[in-house]
Amino acid sequence: MTLFRKPSPEPLWRDEFSVYSADEKYVSRRQFSKFLVLTSLGMFAGNLWILVRSWFSREPRFPVTAIAHAEEIPIGGVKLFPYPTPQDQCILLRTGADTFVAYSQKCTHLSCAVFYSSAANRLECPCHNGAFSIQDGAPVQGPPRRALPRITIARKGDLLFASGVQLEG
Amino acid sequence: MRQPPPLGQKKGLTAIDAAMALIVILLLVQIWLVMATLETYLAGHYESVAAGAIISGMIFLACFGLYLFIERMDAEVRKR
Repeated sequence: MTLFRKPSPEPLWRDEFSVYSADEKYVSRRQFSKFLVLTSLGMFAGNLWILVRSWFSREPRFPVTAIAHAEEIPIGGVKLFPYPTPQDQCILLRTGADTFVAYSQKCTHLSCAVFYSSAANRLECPCHNGAFSIQDGAPVQGPPRRALPRITIARKGDLLFASGVQLEG
Repeated sequence: MRQPPPLGQKKGLTAIDAAMALIVILLLVQIWLVMATLETYLAGHYESVAAGAIISGMIFLACFGLYLFIERMDAEVRKR
């Protein structure tokens, strides 16, 4: 028994479009299997693409940017700010007299904007009812499985600065 | 009127169906693996990405092996 079948002496069209009705089942199954294996190749290519991306991803450098005055946000209040680029909206929460937390506003499920629910004391996504803890940004409800990226906050006097993004909240 | 397939052909068809079912199961596992690897990559855990790619490659090789089996079975049963 050989691994590969021998090339058929018949022309390809006769092989694929057999005149025998019993052969139909074989041809359709073989072609469907070919399609499945090509899909498997596509999945493998996807995995390789992720691997190559991870090899070439470098540690990003984030700017230090003033984002708010501490006094302008009441306890339990929020402020939206862009960081690290103007396209990346983030949400800053004042959780206590001296404690602030900030997260990316993009839901890790499908990138809808999350908002702070003071009633539930958590960040909620209105699209698919996802929710995140304000302590560490971890998903607590709904389809999101990754934590919200956390923005590193530093305070100098009355000014609050954003200085980095942590992927794991 | 169509004639029922001979016994040898019927066995061949059963074997091909079994191989196809196995390919479908492997493919489902592989699709889940791509999703899980992407999730871990986006979460910043790069250490598991290589393992995901290796396992995905092994699954693809297994699928390809099953496809060769189907081809060979097809050729033998139909005497191509």
